[in-house]
Amino acid sequence: MSLIAASHLCVRHGPTEVLHDISLALEKGEIVTVVGPNGSGKSTLLRALLGILPAAGGRIARAPGLRIGYVPQRLMIDRILPITLRRFLSLPVRVTDAAAQAVLKRVGLEGQGGQQMAALSGGQMQRALLARALLAEPQVLMLDEPTQGLDQQGEAAFYRLIEEVRAETGCAILMVSHDLHVVMAASDRVICLNGHVCCEGTPQVVSDAPEYRALFGLGTQGALALYRHEHDHDHAGPTEDPHAHDHHGHDHPHHHGHHHHA
Amino acid sequence: MTITAMTILTTTGTIIMLDDFLVRAALAGVGLALATGPLGAFVVWRRMAYFGDATAHAAILGVALALATSLPITLGTLVVALAMALTVAGLAARGWAMDTVLGVLAHSALAFGLVAISFFPAVRNDLSSYLFGDILAVSRLDLALIWGGAALVLGLIAWRWQALLTATLNEDLAHASGLNPARERLVLVLALALTVAVALKIVGALLIAAMLIIPAAAARGLARSPEAMALGAVVLGAASSLAGLQLSLWQDTPAGPSIIVAAAAFFAASAVLGRLRGTV
Repeated sequence: MSLIAASHLCVRHGPTEVLHDISLALEKGEIVTVVGPNGSGKSTLLRALLGILPAAGGRIARAPGLRIGYVPQRLMIDRILPITLRRFLSLPVRVTDAAAQAVLKRVGLEGQGGQQMAALSGGQMQRALLARALLAEPQVLMLDEPTQGLDQQGEAAFYRLIEEVRAETGCAILMVSHDLHVVMAASDRVICLNGHVCCEGTPQVVSDAPEYRALFGLGTQGALALYRHEHDHDHAGPTEDPHAHDHHGHDHPHHHGHHHHA
Repeated sequence: MTITAMTILTTTGTIIMLDDFLVRAALAGVGLALATGPLGAFVVWRRMAYFGDATAHAAILGVALALATSLPITLGTLVVALAMALTVAGLAARGWAMDTVLGVLAHSALAFGLVAISFFPAVRNDLSSYLFGDILAVSRLDLALIWGGAALVLGLIAWRWQALLTATLNEDLAHASGLNPARERLVLVLALALTVAVALKIVGALLIAAMLIIPAAAARGLARSPEAMALGAVVLGAASSLAGLQLSLWQDTPAGPSIIVAAAAFFAASAVLGRLRGTV
């Protein structure tokens, strides 16, 4: 049985249908990256899978007693709320100092427990959120654009960390990415979302791609990958618009028409 | 406090009565601080300042309602404050522009309350005690209500502390942890209505929100953890009550505003101290 599976899921924001007929399943230990343009419903999908947003149609099935670790897109902590990283880890369930130290070491924040949350940098904050999620010993880790605001090096380092966590704990990873083309190389599957599932496939590791090396240097150590979109399923028939799926590298148009054949 | 009591005692010569009302007033102020400290911290963290104002102003309408129906003032205040808090929370959940909604509701509640009270000539002269509090006239029954209400608020917040804190940081995070952020909001709404009912006699409807916000904000400068800030708000709130009471006795100033003046002075001192120590 899948850890979590959505079948024909529809989600509405008021009168607007944000997600239409989404079917996907997350298996034990796999890494799935969801990509899509702004407003394509990526965050909505995660929030629906978490049960924060109600499904307007379809259903979501979870393995009994499934433990989900969630890393939100951003956590704005105002300076008016004084809270240290160590205290943050004990929310909502108090954890021992030993457990807190171990998880901070795991995410590369060793000895930072006394820092105020409001004073953390973007990269530190993402690691802090990851550390808190890991304390629940999740079977599924859901991350919403965890590398937003990080530079290429920071992004690669964070992806390597996720990969290590998966290798150590065997938890499945469902990650939303803002980048349509560059994804985590360790992704088993990439799902391209634009209100519905446009296409799905494996990423192609970019560490050897000369164009990519020329662009970003050698520092990612294979943590990043290119994803080639294959939008040749039948929501726009090939005779209607032969150029709609003609993608050229970074000039990804995403303007496929949404004609759905019954 | 005994020194103050003695001073006044020598000037007026009515020993037991004076001592008694001063002790009652001091106890009332400390009781109020027990509730406003931790609740005020959440009001500050969650940016509910105007929410507090709207709920507090509704208390005046509650007074009018209680007078009209011959119910106890505290009960009328509690019911109307709760109705207002639930209305505002419900509108917020539906995505209304809160700034405008609160502006309309807070001031309308106050205006309706003042108009309604004017129909009771007996209370008309007494109006300022509802607007600014009348801590020196606190009775034994008042004291029991204040401490009972404060204990309820304190118990409610202590019981939900971890969940409230998680939901305050991020509602999605709380949801993913199996908590229900809507329920935690309701806990705060309930605590707020109770606090308003408790605080009306002490600082008055106009300054209840100030009693929530100022001690908590003052405690921020001295705290490095949420627990320390809530505790600091209790201590500073109690100190403000006692200092305000002193000021009120010495200068014959209205008690409620005097308490807030003291709180504001603590805030200024804490801001300077926090800056020096680098905690803010």
